[in-house]
Amino acid sequence: MENRTQAPALIEMRDVSKQFANGTVALRDMSLTIGKGEFVSFLGPSGCGKSTALKMISGLLAPSQGEIVVNGHPAGHSADGEDIGYVFQEATLMPWATVFDNVFLPLKLHGLRRTDARARVEEALAMVGLANFAKSYPRELSGGMKMRVSIARAMVTRPKLLLMDEPFAALDEMTRAKLNDEVLSLWENHGLSVVFVTHSVFESVYLSSRVVVMAARPGRVVHDIALPGGYPRNAAYRMTPEYSQNCRLVSDALEGTLSHVDLNH
Amino acid sequence: MSISTTDPTVPAPMTDPRIARERRERRLRVVLPIVTIIAALALWEFLVWFNEVPHYLIPAPSLIAQTLVRDWSSLMQSAGFTVRLTLMSLGLAIIGGVALGMVFALSRPVEMSLFPFAVILQVTPVIAIAPLILIYVSNTFAALLICAWIVAFFPILSNTAIGLRSADHNLRDLFSLYRATPWQRLRYLLIPSALPYFMAALKIAGGLALIGAVVAEFVAGTAGQNTGLASRILEASFRNEIPRMFAALFLVSLLGIVIFLATSWLSRAVLGHWHESEIRREG
Repeated sequence: MENRTQAPALIEMRDVSKQFANGTVALRDMSLTIGKGEFVSFLGPSGCGKSTALKMISGLLAPSQGEIVVNGHPAGHSADGEDIGYVFQEATLMPWATVFDNVFLPLKLHGLRRTDARARVEEALAMVGLANFAKSYPRELSGGMKMRVSIARAMVTRPKLLLMDEPFAALDEMTRAKLNDEVLSLWENHGLSVVFVTHSVFESVYLSSRVVVMAARPGRVVHDIALPGGYPRNAAYRMTPEYSQNCRLVSDALEGTLSHVDLNH
Repeated sequence: MSISTTDPTVPAPMTDPRIARERRERRLRVVLPIVTIIAALALWEFLVWFNEVPHYLIPAPSLIAQTLVRDWSSLMQSAGFTVRLTLMSLGLAIIGGVALGMVFALSRPVEMSLFPFAVILQVTPVIAIAPLILIYVSNTFAALLICAWIVAFFPILSNTAIGLRSADHNLRDLFSLYRATPWQRLRYLLIPSALPYFMAALKIAGGLALIGAVVAEFVAGTAGQNTGLASRILEASFRNEIPRMFAALFLVSLLGIVIFLATSWLSRAVLGHWHESEIRREG
């Protein structure tokens, strides 16, 4: 696992700040280098700027100060946006389109014809175990299945980088554990780099090779904790002393960031 | 929602009792209204006959039906005129409403400057503007068309503008991430998001176009061969031909019902497979 952390940089954030038009400082002076093949979690309370940081990496938001380089070009300026997959907190599917058409969307927007894209869409659906659901509509699916469609859509362009914004926050514990394992296997099998935003200590420790702990008001990075061991991780990993140790480590780091304002919520 | 999501390969268990129940319900949906209407007509017929109500006050349904048959050709001609007027004004309302709605959705400043005019058009009763329009526009048909159009136009405009703005924000972000062109965004995101709003507007505008067409013709008070059902009603009222009034009224209602059914059917055909408003829930 050593080579993972020493791999060439995929994302470079230099002194990145974001101030919104209403004056809120969402993020202050974030500097971070994420290497190829890393699985990095942004962990923190609400208002710590973790989602804002993710949006800036994707290019959806522009930083107010500083610069972000992704895959050798400024964030949001790749040729076609194909090298990044993005998974939102909600599944964000088009309710009027079938599962197939939802997953086909990124390819359609790049001008691919349906017949030419069929194999890739089916491959992406098979990745998340939904090969039989191509003709279903989103409303016919459970929350976990919708999220799988969303992941298939992010994977259909065969991205190098997968950005996930609290993707499983709204799901029940069992579905969440299952999807965590699926994301891990996608990461391992497809040479992905993942940036995963979460407010769950356990989720971040289970998934990541590195946890970036953030604090709120203003949003900033306070700890950067490497947790490279334990791969491939599975249900057994949750029982290891290493896992509980890491949970305590990260939990303590997070606790230190919480002000009384947060605790009074 | 009771659609099974556990195993898609096995179709929902369509047991016989369920199919039978569904069929029975579908039959009832058609049969019940027909039976009630026939019962109401029979009661009407009976009360008129029993109380010996003179036909110049309230004609019996049978007399209205006779009048309908006797005056068939003149009534049909008038109905044709009203249908033409209604459909053309609805068509123009759709074209104008959708076009202006798109402009509104694209540009806030344009919306802010033009919206007051649309509201003024909407809140001023058409019956109050109609005399002016009839003076300014020499062609009567065109004047009637403008009146009906004014009434039907606003719901389409307002709902199209709201609908085009109602697309999910995360989906908008997704389209940005994949570098969608403005045309792709319109075609694949904004138009489907706006469709439920547009369909709701169409249902309202269909009925309003008919009301506009009839009201405008009342104001115009046109006489002669090439006129609509409103003129037949006016004419019959001058001559005290109450059965003929009822016959024309019946045709107006029938027209309204057909428009309602057609727009409802269209809405279900377009949205039925995905939008909550048109999905039939089981159980």
